Order: sequence, then C-alpha cells, then structure tokens
Amino acid sequence: MGSPFEYAPAPESRAVVDIAPAYGLFIDGEFTEAAGGKVFKTVSPATEEVLSEVAHGSAEDVDRAVGAARKAFEKWSALPGAERAKYLFRIARIIQERSRELAVLETLDNGKPIRETRDTDLPLVAAHFFYYAGWADKLDHAGFGADPRPLGVAGQVIPWNFPLLMLAWKIAPALATGNTVVLKPAETTPLSALFFADICRQAGLPKGVVNIVTGDGSTGAALVSHPGIDKVAFTGSTAVGKAIARGIAGTDKRVTLELGGKGANIVFDDAPVDQAVEGIVTGIFFNQGQVCCAGSRLLVQESVHEEVLDSLKRRLSTLRVGDPLDKNTDLGAINSAEQLARITALAETGEAEGAERWSPECELPSSGYWFAPTLFTNVTQAHTIARDEIFGPVLSVLTFRTPEEAVAKANNTQYGLSAGIWTEKGSRILAVASRLRAGVVWANTFNKFDPTSPFGGYKESGYGREGGRHGLEAYLAPSSPEGEH
Amino acid sequence: MSTVDATTRLSVLKTYKLYVGGKFPRSESGRVYEVTDSKGAWLANAPLSSRKDARDAVVAARKAFGGWSGATAYNRGQVLYRVAEMLEGRRGQFVREVADAEGLSKQKAAAAVDAAVDRWVWYAGWTDKIAQVVGGANPVAGPFFNLSTPEPTGVVTVLAPQDSSFLGLVSVIAPVIATGNTAVVVASERSPLPALSLGEVLATSDLPGGVVNVLSGRTAEIAAPLATHQDVNGIDLTGADEVLAKELEIAAADNLKRVLRPRATDWTGDPGTHRLTAFLETKTVWHPTGAVGASGSSY
Repeated sequence: MGSPFEYAPAPESRAVVDIAPAYGLFIDGEFTEAAGGKVFKTVSPATEEVLSEVAHGSAEDVDRAVGAARKAFEKWSALPGAERAKYLFRIARIIQERSRELAVLETLDNGKPIRETRDTDLPLVAAHFFYYAGWADKLDHAGFGADPRPLGVAGQVIPWNFPLLMLAWKIAPALATGNTVVLKPAETTPLSALFFADICRQAGLPKGVVNIVTGDGSTGAALVSHPGIDKVAFTGSTAVGKAIARGIAGTDKRVTLELGGKGANIVFDDAPVDQAVEGIVTGIFFNQGQVCCAGSRLLVQESVHEEVLDSLKRRLSTLRVGDPLDKNTDLGAINSAEQLARITALAETGEAEGAERWSPECELPSSGYWFAPTLFTNVTQAHTIARDEIFGPVLSVLTFRTPEEAVAKANNTQYGLSAGIWTEKGSRILAVASRLRAGVVWANTFNKFDPTSPFGGYKESGYGREGGRHGLEAYLAPSSPEGEH
Repeated sequence: MSTVDATTRLSVLKTYKLYVGGKFPRSESGRVYEVTDSKGAWLANAPLSSRKDARDAVVAARKAFGGWSGATAYNRGQVLYRVAEMLEGRRGQFVREVADAEGLSKQKAAAAVDAAVDRWVWYAGWTDKIAQVVGGANPVAGPFFNLSTPEPTGVVTVLAPQDSSFLGLVSVIAPVIATGNTAVVVASERSPLPALSLGEVLATSDLPGGVVNVLSGRTAEIAAPLATHQDVNGIDLTGADEVLAKELEIAAADNLKRVLRPRATDWTGDPGTHRLTAFLETKTVWHPTGAVGASGSSY
C-alpha cells in the first residue's frame, strides 16, 4: 500500500541562508580560532553534506570565554533593567525579522522538517526573548524579594534537538536577570548559535555578554567544571546531568538540569479517539521523537485498545518521511549517525525481548540518517523499550484497566518530565494530573510550549524550571543575607 | 519658478483632530478652542469635544473590547512595543510639541519623550506577566482545582494628567490597555496637542481602532457624561481636580465603576503595578478533581 496522498515536491529555498565555509568561536564579541586550531565538520543529517567547519573549543578557549563573560558582567549587571530589556527586545525583533533564514538553517543542520522550524521553533525563540525582555526591569515584582541580584557568569550547555530554542531558553532569562553567559551548543548543531552571535552584533549587545564556544563533550565538561562560573544550566542526557551534579558538589555553583524523560500518554476509554490519535502522533513523532518530553509510552485503556491502535496505524500510514526542507514533510532525518545507531539498537532490543514491532510502509532516502516511524505493541513494563529513553520515533504501547493502574504505570519510571491525559471528563483529568509525578501534564493536548509556562522535571528528569516567572529563579541570587554571593 | 529660502518658507500647519474608532474626526459639534504655548502664543485650534463625542468614543471602545481583550497577552505586548518603535521614529515631533505645551527646554522635553517611549516598553512587558504576579492557584481545602486569573474590566475612561501632557498621558493609557481594557482618554485641557498626535502614532502601530480613543476639550464637560455612562466600567480620575474628582466618583457609583483616584505622581518614577491592577477583575474557576480509587471512583 503506497501513500494514499501523492504530493509534488514543495521544497523551501535554501537561498535565504548563507552559510560560511568556516566559523570560529564567538568570544568577547569577536569570532576567533580555537587555541589549538582544531576544527570539526557539521553535516546535514538529511544528506550527509558538509555544511561548514567549526572551531573545536578547548579548555583554554573556555577559560578565555569565561574571562570575557566575567569582564562583561560588571557593566551588564549594573545596567538599569530597562536598558537590558531593550537589548533583549531588539534581539527578539531581529529574530522575528530573520526567522525564515534561521528556520532553513536549523532544518539544514538539525534535519527536522521546515514545517516545525518555521512554525514552532522560530516563533517560540522570538517569543521567549520577548517575554524575558519584559522581566528585566520588573524583577522587583517577581516575588524573589526586593532588588534580586544576578549570579554572575552562567555556563550553559544545550542539546541538538532544538538548538536555537534551547539557546533562547538559556540565554534570555540569564541576560534579563543581569548574568552573562558562555554557551556551548551541541556538537552536531552548532550553526544556529553562531548565527545568533551575528544577531547579538546587530542588536549592539555589549561584548562578552554572550560568548559561544563550539565543541564536543570535552568542551562542555571544561565549561561546567570551570571555577570561574557561578551557574550551570544543562539540557541533555540524565547520565551527563548526574555527572554535572557530582562535579559541582562542594562548590557555590548553582545548577539547573533538564534531562531525559519517558513520558506516559494516557488514553481513557471516553477520549475522543481521532483527537487522541493526533495527540499521540504529535507526542512521539514531533521532531522525530527526539524530544525529552515525548510521549514515548502510550497507555491505552484496554476497552479501546484495538480501536485506538487501528486508528493510529491508519494515521501513521499517512505520515510523510523525507526531505526536511519539503514543506509537506512530517518526519525529517535523525540528527546523527550515532543517534540513529542508538535508536536502531533499542528497537532491536524491543523485538528481541518479545514486543511486536510495526511500521507503516515507507520509503527512506538512500543517504542521510533515517528511521521509519515505529510502534511496539505487547510491551510490558519490564521491557527495555518501556524503561529507557529511546529519543527517536518509536512508541511503546501498554494497556491498563483502571485509572489507578494507569497512574501506577505512568509513574513507574526513573523519569518525571511530561505526561498526557486524554479523556472528556474534567475531574478525571485533574485527579490523574494531581497524582502524576511529572513536571508538565498535558490534558487533551501534547507537546505545547509557551515562554510563560514553566517547564522542567521531577525525579531523574532533572531540577529547576525554565519558562515563566519561575524560570527567573534559576538566575537570581537568594535574597536572604546568608545566601548572598 | 522662484524658490523659497528655508528660513522664509511658510510652514504647513496641522489640523489637530480627535482619534475615535481608529479614525480622525473633528468634533461633531464643530467647535474648537485655542491652544497656546506656555507664553500664550497660538499653537492650534483643537477640537472642543461634546457629550456626543464622548458617547461615540464609548461605542467605539466597547466595539473594540472583544477583539482586544481576546487577543493573546503576547500579541498585546507586541502591539505596545510597536507603539514604542513608532514613537521613537517621531521623537523630534513630540519633543517640539512637549516643549511648546509645557514650556520646557528642548533637553527636558526630550527626556520626557524618551521616558514615554520607555514606558510603552515597560508596559509591553507586563501584558503576559501580570497574570503570574496577581493570579495563581488557590489551595482550597477540598478536592478542587481552583485557579484565579485577572481579566480586564472593560471600557475605561481615562482623564489624562493636566500637567504632564505626554509622559503623564502615556503613563495612564498604557497600563489600562496592556491588560486588555479599551480606553476613552480625555487629553490635558490646556495641552492636548501631544495627545492628539499620539493618536496618529497609535493608528500606525497595529493597535486595533477603538482600543484607544482620544478626546480634547473641557475636562469637566467631557468627563461628566463619561462618569455617568452605563457602558463604561472604570474611570481613572488622574486629570480631575479635587472638586471634580469627588463629583465624578459620586456619578461613577451609579453603575459601580472601578475608580482610580487622583494622587500626586512623579511621572519619571518607577510606575509600579497599581495602574495595571486598578482595572482588573479576578476570575476564579473551580473544578472538581475527583479521586482515583477503586473502579467505582468518584471522578
């Protein structure tokens, strides 16, 4: 069975973005080479085409960047909040102006569909800066005591799944509260952060307030362990998060960690099935499932299991996998060969442990990193694919009979980032929501984000919140005298 | 063809008009009054608004309320920021008008205009934050979800301050509309020109017509029908003197308008949040949370 819909190709033009053959580190307002002169290549995961060569920051470079941020901190933190606000408003507006360019760039470097970068990532990036811009001169009203103070220099390490959005989540609140930053983008998606450096230039942001050091895990480790930073903000794997938590023990460094997840998406028998199926698809196939808050465990009430699965399979057969730059594409490429290998291995484990694997018939491009949307039925809680974060387009389906069982199964995980509830009954939504050990609970919707809405996990999904008034706290010193920095 | 030296060229004067429902009407009464600078020199003939103009403005404000209050807070924030952007580009004009109106040096007038631009930015940032500061979840002693959120009061009459023709004016308009209210503004009686020019800025700032309506004329004459108007929900008495304020507050009680009393204000100071909260209602939603129990559970 082929796709019931035939589409002509509708590629978004690449002409809107101009990628330089090489990029340096952005330190103290200038692009500079890495101290050792080391570079690495960044490729388009959809084609394996080399997009650019990027400087590989070493410990020495990190030290230089932290020094620049420290130097800039004095003036930046002393600026009236209203002036910091105006820089951030400028950045928000420039991002809006350049959003098509940035969307195409992000799709090229990350592999996610242009529909997502254009309609989700970029609008949220601009909104996040706009939102925190407004806080910069209102910190006295934010409920953290009178005249709250910034921490100092923030070392921020971000993942590859939403490169520019994660940058926004980190940089916007840090700058609004008067901190300066050294940010390390992910190894496989450094480009949008380097374009952001150019936006800082256009906005006239003072030198050293934002520093971008590209590199790999060793660069990130050098940053978070640098004695000159006051704050670590990390989004990424739980394993690295734990290492960071250990590493900062005994120091004055503050930390926020936004880590993995194994979100349960719970469908009750009274849920509107078509709406729920759309939510399930959004929950696990948005961004190829490479989302920490993905609804990667579907918990379906037994009485509607068959109906939901039939409908879900029919829907998956209409998903379009392929060229991320095509405006009709639903699923793009997996971000890297390494991630593809991990997804492949976990899916094989699922089969080996006895779960039943299903994918719609779908043709995958011959070059690049691709994985067909996949679901597993007959999954038990003991299965690896019900416990480990796969971070790919793979859904594990489990069943339940009573609401109690649904809650118990949903909470049976080391993680606690997100969950979904599908039912027509409001009191059931609220009763279940109050018992789920997860930082974000979506009812009759999934994967919704907003700069005003706090985001973050329970348990081993990390601690601290990003977004909303709550997101300011991570960058402000405690107001009690003994907590003074 | 002869050319005219810039120093001798006769300038084109602007006809100052009201701003109502996104349009620029003259007063329906056909009346004007003479506006002079601080030294008594003629500046313009401003519309002398009538009771009918006031009622028309309320109709326009009411019509705009649904769309404006229903816009997302983010959208309202962007529109208010757009006002700041537009104003920045017309800085020279407003510096001149404020200097004339208030008898200020160019430098002091420029400081007032700059502060007014920044004030739009300040309130642009508040649109999507005030709900988290004044609203929130209430921990009621029962199995209920209970959430309080602020909502705009409705149509608000704003009597702009008499002394600060522009910074004061912006300082009273922006907080009223930031939260989703729509406004009928009565400009400073003696110095209405910056307010009337502000209408021209608002008209080009993505602000829907009718969200702000600007009237010029005798404050007492225009305020009286607005204070008694049954379709006005709130009134900011900043521009009223003590006697007028009391009179209007009594009239406003007829349909229990929300009243913000005049108080001495340093317009250059931190505006705080009281002007935002003065025209907000709090809505609290209850919903049972049920209980997860045996299969016969109550939810």
